[in-house]
Amino acid sequence: MTPILSVQGLRKDYGNGQGCFDIDFELFAGEVLCIVGESGSGKSTLLATLAGKLAADDGSVVFRDKNERAHELTRLAEAERRRLARSEWGYVTQHARDGLRMNVSAGANVSERLMALGERHYGRLRAAAADWLEKVEIGADRLDDKPCAFSGGMQQRLQIARNLVTRPRLVFMDEPTGGLDVSVQARFLDLTRRLVHDNRIAVIMVTHDLGVARLLAQRTLVMQGGRVVEAGLTDQILDDPQHPYTQLLVSSILQA
Amino acid sequence: MYVAVKGGETAIARSWDLLAARRRGDEAVPELSLAQIRQQLRLAVHRVMQEGSLYDEELAALALKQAAGDAMEAVFLLRAFRTTLPRLATSLPLDTSAMRVARRVSGTFKDVPGGQILGPTADYTQRLLDFSLAEPAATPRCELAEAPLPECLPSVLDLLAAEGLMEADLPPPDDPAPADLTREPLLFPADRPARLQNLARGDEGWLLGLAYSTQRGYAENHPFAGEIRMGEISVMLLPDELGFEIDIGAIVVTECQMINQFAGGPHAPPQFTRGYGLVFGESERKAMSMALVDRSLRAQELGESTGSPAQQAEFALCHSDSVEASGFVQHLKLPHYVDFQAELSLIRTLRAEHDRQQDAPHD
Amino acid sequence: MTEPFSPPSANLDDRWRYNFGFLDENTKRMLRRALLKAVAVPGYQVPFGSREMPLPYGWGTGGIQLTAAVIGHEDVLKVIDQGADDTTNAVNIRRFFARVAGVATTTVTRDATLIQTRHRIPETPLAEGQIMVFQVPEPEPLRTLEASEVETRKLHAHQEYGLMHVKLYEDIARYGHIATSYDYPVMVNRRYLASPSPIPKFDNPKLHRSPALMLFGAGREKRLYAIPPYTEVESLAFEDHPFEAQHWSQACALCGSSDSYLDEIIADDAGVRQFVCSDTDHCRQQREAAQ
Repeated sequence: MTPILSVQGLRKDYGNGQGCFDIDFELFAGEVLCIVGESGSGKSTLLATLAGKLAADDGSVVFRDKNERAHELTRLAEAERRRLARSEWGYVTQHARDGLRMNVSAGANVSERLMALGERHYGRLRAAAADWLEKVEIGADRLDDKPCAFSGGMQQRLQIARNLVTRPRLVFMDEPTGGLDVSVQARFLDLTRRLVHDNRIAVIMVTHDLGVARLLAQRTLVMQGGRVVEAGLTDQILDDPQHPYTQLLVSSILQA
Repeated sequence: MYVAVKGGETAIARSWDLLAARRRGDEAVPELSLAQIRQQLRLAVHRVMQEGSLYDEELAALALKQAAGDAMEAVFLLRAFRTTLPRLATSLPLDTSAMRVARRVSGTFKDVPGGQILGPTADYTQRLLDFSLAEPAATPRCELAEAPLPECLPSVLDLLAAEGLMEADLPPPDDPAPADLTREPLLFPADRPARLQNLARGDEGWLLGLAYSTQRGYAENHPFAGEIRMGEISVMLLPDELGFEIDIGAIVVTECQMINQFAGGPHAPPQFTRGYGLVFGESERKAMSMALVDRSLRAQELGESTGSPAQQAEFALCHSDSVEASGFVQHLKLPHYVDFQAELSLIRTLRAEHDRQQDAPHD
Repeated sequence: MTEPFSPPSANLDDRWRYNFGFLDENTKRMLRRALLKAVAVPGYQVPFGSREMPLPYGWGTGGIQLTAAVIGHEDVLKVIDQGADDTTNAVNIRRFFARVAGVATTTVTRDATLIQTRHRIPETPLAEGQIMVFQVPEPEPLRTLEASEVETRKLHAHQEYGLMHVKLYEDIARYGHIATSYDYPVMVNRRYLASPSPIPKFDNPKLHRSPALMLFGAGREKRLYAIPPYTEVESLAFEDHPFEAQHWSQACALCGSSDSYLDEIIADDAGVRQFVCSDTDHCRQQREAAQ
């Protein structure tokens, strides 16, 4: 099986010791990968570099699209990157206001990507938006409400619907549960796991919480000081952490 | 009835006549001469030259007279005139350290080489209405100083720069020719020369308001008035066919160099940074405002937060021009019958649907 | 009567004389180069070094610069505002060109080689060889949705127009209609999203494959763009909510036209309404034909 994303020797160096260094990993279709680390560990820098929001200083990131065409993301022209972002990727942000249009309805938020891909039938757009609002447990009756009328958990679920509606091949998620209460988190993670599994969507999620990785990810990368200190199957990392930093993280969630 | 709502050529012609008569006022009162305006309303003349981007006191006085004292209208008249003037040459950069200083103050040092020179300032006049000006009076006496001012006063900021605490004031890499905003559109991101040019032509009220906002928490500038100087300065040309510099005349300018605290960033040590203002004529208020806004527009370059209006170049620069702003605000008084008709029929349709829904029995 | 463009005073009069069409030849050349680019890339907003004109920004400075750049001695100029030749701003601009270019002017659409307009396209179909110059207050159709110029230029470059459809979607969700009645966005040559200027959407179909050259000038915003003859111009819509122009149940009270754009006039103190053609030339022709 060919990975959809192959990362080799990736480096983003801010010049002050911050950044991410010597990153290697592969991601397969439908797989959920968590990148775990504390703030300043370089995990968000890595995510932004993978998604092309930051320019890499070295290394390669090869992405395979739906037609099995390979794209080297670190050297991609902006036009091509934006095309992939529209058609092949999703991006869920920590703060809903960065990922949603807060001044238009939930229906418009969900429909936007379909319209960007050329759908021009209002009835079909509305039906798709309603269907996805049901799927993320917001309910089709909230179609014409604006996201500012939603709770934090609903806003994050709306982000999921907005991104998954075009069934992208890969979704980047940057601390999507960061601002949510624990009980709300669990519902969000459960729903996300189900939807990405049903639609065979690969996910790279950045989180500071190994507990999130436990619920969601088949594989996990643990980062510290800009480097991956441990990588492997999530269960393996939880059962038998090798690196002292990972051991510390594991002991802290076991206590919780 | 129908014709009455459309303007006519005659109505326009009559409006011109009426405007001219109102401008002149009562003919028993002597008419203003341009010399009177230049001499006795010199700060109004300076403002019109400054925002009109044309250093010509005679034409600025004429514009003020034609505009019946409306500064923005006078600026507009002068701009419309200058637009068709040919470009004969480009001067050499002004050397403000060679200014024949009429006023020079620093807020950062008690004394500076060459001293503090108050000059003709209204700062300490106590702003009591002077009723003696209500009637013509004898020329006020003005005593001459015992010794002339020095020919050349060093810049206060150079003294700090010598200590390495002031950021270097260097031209951009490769020293490209600056944009000419009267010939090319302002494009973003705008470099500092383009920004400064926009601010130098900008409306004084707009700049003052933006500058004020930076002092009230909308941006963090930590400014000190390093030096403000006003005086006459020579404009020099270097014609290719001559091969040497010639002095083509002198203009009065006001320069303000603000010193701003800077904690340092990824690419620079802690040091003082600069905000710069330079305007035609005597106008400290404008030069100081310009320097504050210049500095706040450098927020991104210096790695500071950019959330405040005065830190956002598109916001600050796109709305600074009084001729643009005044035209667009006032264009609303032009006929909009067609658009309004379109909106009227839309609102009627929406309203009819709304009323129908209200009347429908609830289920 | 005051002559606004006479030399300002006796001692200044030898300093200069206005060039044909007010602008100097170098400026006209700059404008023509920008116009050629605009024609080559239909619908693309070309930045240009807009000059300060003796007319306030927002009153047609873009339009008069384009007219000044393309006008020749043989041209016959028509100027309309709101469809009418005798509205104050139209009169003012027509007099300006009569004065600084000395060209013939007309109110008859058919006789004009060059038509400068604000907010309307004449009812008389345009012909090959005619040039329409539109005055444009805001050339960027995405501006109310995205304030940053840096960002909107990117959206055009990458043809990312989902945002515009979000707006139309919201209209239908809220009102059941696309609630844009003028300055209705169009897609030019299947590539660039453009503002047709604040013409009523009634006039949008006249842009599609028009035999005339359409030039758009925004002086304050320093942008110009063009729709060359016979270019495809599509008004945005949804398949199940197609574009629809305004129509009236009334006919023109003066000429009886039932297919022209109508202005509503309040005829007396009791608020009695009358509907008449906004295009004064068209209305006159209809009345003459009836007699």
